[in-house]
Amino acid sequence: MTSPLQLALLLLALGFSRGLQHHYPDQADQVDGEAELELVAEPSKFGSLWPLPQKVKLSAVSLKLTGVSFQIADAKGSSAGSGCSLLQDAYRRYYEYVFGGAKRQQQPGKGRRAAGPAVLTELQVWITSPDPECDGYPGVASDESYELTVDQPYAVLKAPKVWGALHGLETFSQLVYEDEYGVKSINSTTISDFPRFAHRGILLDSARHFLPIKVILANLETMAMNKLNVFHWHITDDQSFPYLSRTFPQLSQQGAYHPYTHVYTPADVKMVVEFGRLRGIRVIPEFDTPGHTQSWGKGQTDLLTPCYSGSKPSGSFGPVNPILNTTYDFMSQFFKEISTVFPDAYVHLGGDEVDFSCWKSNPDIQTFMDQQGFGKDFSKLESFYIQKLLNIVATTQKGYMIWQEVFDNGVQLKPDTLIHVWKGNKEQYQSEMANVTSAGFQTLLSTPWYLNRISYGQDWQGHYRADPQDFKGTEEQKKLVIGGEACLWGEYVDATNLTPRLWPRASAVAERLWSAADVTDINDAFNRLSVHRCRMVARGIPAQPLFSSYCPREYKGV
Amino acid sequence: METTGLVSFGRYTCSHLYFLLLIVLPLGQHTVEGVWPLPQIFTSSIERYPLNPQAFYFGYGRQSAAQFGCSVLDAAFIRYYSLIFPDYTGKHSTTGKSHIGKKQSVGFDVLSPSLLFPDNLSVSAGKASLNAETVWGAVRGLETFSQLVYQDDFGSYFVNQTEIDDFPRFPFRGILLDTSRHFIPVHAILKTLDAMAYSKFNVFHWHIVDDPSFPYQSQTFPDLSRKGAFHPMTHIYTQSDVRRVISHARLRGIRVLPEFDSPGHTKSWGKGQSDLLTPCYSGSTPSGAFGPVNPALPSTYQFMATLLKEVSSVFPDSYIHLGGDEVNFSCWKSNPDVRAFMQKMGFGVDFTKLEAFYMENIVNITTFLNKTAIVWQDVFDYHELIPKDTVLHIWKGSPANYRKELSRMTKAGMRVLLAAPWYINHISYGQDWRNYYTVQPLNFSGTAEQKKLVIGGEVCMWGEYVDATNLTPRLWPRASAAAERLWSDEKQTSSVDKAFPRLQDFRCKLVRRGIRAEPLYVGHCKHEYQGV
Repeated sequence: MTSPLQLALLLLALGFSRGLQHHYPDQADQVDGEAELELVAEPSKFGSLWPLPQKVKLSAVSLKLTGVSFQIADAKGSSAGSGCSLLQDAYRRYYEYVFGGAKRQQQPGKGRRAAGPAVLTELQVWITSPDPECDGYPGVASDESYELTVDQPYAVLKAPKVWGALHGLETFSQLVYEDEYGVKSINSTTISDFPRFAHRGILLDSARHFLPIKVILANLETMAMNKLNVFHWHITDDQSFPYLSRTFPQLSQQGAYHPYTHVYTPADVKMVVEFGRLRGIRVIPEFDTPGHTQSWGKGQTDLLTPCYSGSKPSGSFGPVNPILNTTYDFMSQFFKEISTVFPDAYVHLGGDEVDFSCWKSNPDIQTFMDQQGFGKDFSKLESFYIQKLLNIVATTQKGYMIWQEVFDNGVQLKPDTLIHVWKGNKEQYQSEMANVTSAGFQTLLSTPWYLNRISYGQDWQGHYRADPQDFKGTEEQKKLVIGGEACLWGEYVDATNLTPRLWPRASAVAERLWSAADVTDINDAFNRLSVHRCRMVARGIPAQPLFSSYCPREYKGV
Repeated sequence: METTGLVSFGRYTCSHLYFLLLIVLPLGQHTVEGVWPLPQIFTSSIERYPLNPQAFYFGYGRQSAAQFGCSVLDAAFIRYYSLIFPDYTGKHSTTGKSHIGKKQSVGFDVLSPSLLFPDNLSVSAGKASLNAETVWGAVRGLETFSQLVYQDDFGSYFVNQTEIDDFPRFPFRGILLDTSRHFIPVHAILKTLDAMAYSKFNVFHWHIVDDPSFPYQSQTFPDLSRKGAFHPMTHIYTQSDVRRVISHARLRGIRVLPEFDSPGHTKSWGKGQSDLLTPCYSGSTPSGAFGPVNPALPSTYQFMATLLKEVSSVFPDSYIHLGGDEVNFSCWKSNPDVRAFMQKMGFGVDFTKLEAFYMENIVNITTFLNKTAIVWQDVFDYHELIPKDTVLHIWKGSPANYRKELSRMTKAGMRVLLAAPWYINHISYGQDWRNYYTVQPLNFSGTAEQKKLVIGGEVCMWGEYVDATNLTPRLWPRASAAAERLWSDEKQTSSVDKAFPRLQDFRCKLVRRGIRAEPLYVGHCKHEYQGV
């Protein structure tokens, strides 16, 4: 998944940023002064809304809010009451985001004066469908829509399910601003909103570097600020196996960087899943096989293929050994556990970048290939493995996502399989999207959003311009695109630099996946994103700057 | 050495940073190779010696010219104690390891400054001694010592028997931070100074003002930051902020070199100082826009003299950076008064002469203030009528270009400072630290005398895309690669592959010390960064 092929990304935004570089060694004659001044963020007519809602009507009528009188409460007709802890937690979270902490509440009767004609005192949250899904998990088919009306005497947030309400609360908090006297204000507004794509994800890689739970949680929190709803947890890979399996504890005991300090215990995983759920975020684990599994071999003997040099084992190991029954027994037990630990209906099975050289070297595998009539075509062996794995996972009642190679190699796939496109340049991924959808499969795109690949300048603009439905295909095909994921592979990323590298660059992807397809004005995006990034900073997230400028509240950490 | 007098703070003067660290201690496998940047001359053995945090102490040697009361070393002892024993809370020691008795504990004497030659150093069993001519050398030696100490699997502290004779290859080893394009809060600057000391950097080049904002709060011209800062209250450096930075730096042997870049890069100045910038014209009327500082008005020079007088008293370093880069002539060209001035001065239409005229005047002001000027290379490129002691700062071009520039400048007898290969704000995917590491600052055609005129180099972190959110991980450990190039012997550190595991190890040391230094590649640190 991480082979350095994504040239498209590197080419984007270069032309734009180059002329702006102060002291760019090769462009000494370029004077940056004037260009720089053009890049001062101007107020957008949409304020700091990010991602931009589908329908927004803003008026000039401004209402005041004070932390003393304002509250967020369940509407009378709402199907979710005070027992819906998901919402109650969210009310508290957004109150704190809006007012920066608790404000002394008014005495009964005393605060009436404050509740004058231009004051907003309440946001009523109204869950309209009979089942609000308070205690459920979000899924690919979850209704995330909401309607928000800010008007006197109170604002109303209507959503069929809690998932939409969560997004609506974020939107509400983004509408609040400070006037020149520091008074919290909000303009009378009507918003009707829903996501363009159902699957809006972030991939984090906790195998190349271990990511402490704290970092993962902070990024789930930030995802919620950007209405992203899938945390794709690439939890294991060649380098380490930090997932503490109850069935096979030796996997992390032997395969983690450290068996105690660099592992995710079942309690950790539970915490991540619940933290995500409370923010409407799904957690999809990826256990990538048969390649990318070096670390698995340390704790599970005979799982990996012994490589041969000549007629003797060389001592090194290759991909999962596809010819042993023990391999499939292991996978059955392992994925049975996974299916209970991770509640999401999908699990990501990887299947990318399988290196055939070790299989080729192994005489037992060659014999097996002959028996099966695969000849010299090792992609058939890979398909054989994947096929058996998919059957195993299917028995756990989970759907699966797989990287595009599995499709490319012609493996028989269940019709509800999600094909994850990650390879190639723009032309190549567009034709892949066309191929996958014309075969009738649902797909999601990551190729243009490999955020681990960094370059100098405003590369967010390239991420912003990419569109997952931009390929040749019928309307029916386009509908099979369920979204996309921004990937932050971990070769060069750990807790020290993850958050500023991810945000606000991933925010660009978030708007592309949430907002209407015609929201493409890069200048307006710059204006809104500049403020949005300062909002993330004010909320304690070290989101890096877009360009020379400042935030009213700078980052307090170091 | 050519560089005499480069460092001068308080009552200690460092003629050149030179120190000698000698540790003779009886037993492991952790050697001097673990020290970053690599010391110049060293021997070490597998003999290791335990350190007991409860009994360990730093003391001044009997013959040391510095004794208790020496602010730099007193503070350094306290700092390095915690850096050496990160687990030690001071309450209860992790006794129970009976094999480490108090008697075997390591004491530490600093002889500073002294006239002793290395072989005269008295080192008794159980003691490490550090001999340096100045406190600045002693501070570097303490850093080296702290990197030699390691913990075994049981958490016990050890140091191997080691002898080190160390000194920097270049006297000027700087980091530039740009606090104009983004405001960098003081705490982030202080943290950077901490990390600089860990890599033995010794100059903080403070590019404090530029086009986007003027955060320096001037006593003489308070309007400059009142109107030119991003925010007049929250996005400024007060005089006490500046003093705090200088004092924090001094205690770590770091000079603070302020840059007040002019005549270009001054848009923010114009907001608080009317008539300073050149009004640009479109046709025969002012367009409302402003260009570089107006070099045709006497008031400009009065203003600059007053401002620089303040700056020279606020910043104790004997050098001051005057900028002089990237001057756009189009506004000057448009202005009839400037053109008339050109005529009067006989410059014709050569605006480089006008820039030269301006810079000469500014450099002369600083000479009068007893400061030595540092200017960007543009100033040399345009003319050569600046005092011989001016230091030229190379920032442009490919290796071939900057090598030519090094030759030309040193041939003209000028001292130079190299920054071009270390524009660390330019990020790219992968291990770009390797490029910073393999720079050869003296690989240009010139005589031995010319080579001596290269006083060092600087890592520049321009601020377009950098603020407190991402500064630290972008800077470290990438800047550490340049640090070794500037400190260590080039022959001993020519292999980037040998440097890789050492730098990985050093990066984990930085993380352990609370510096958000990013990873070089896949792997892990025993103690990962605990923030977000």
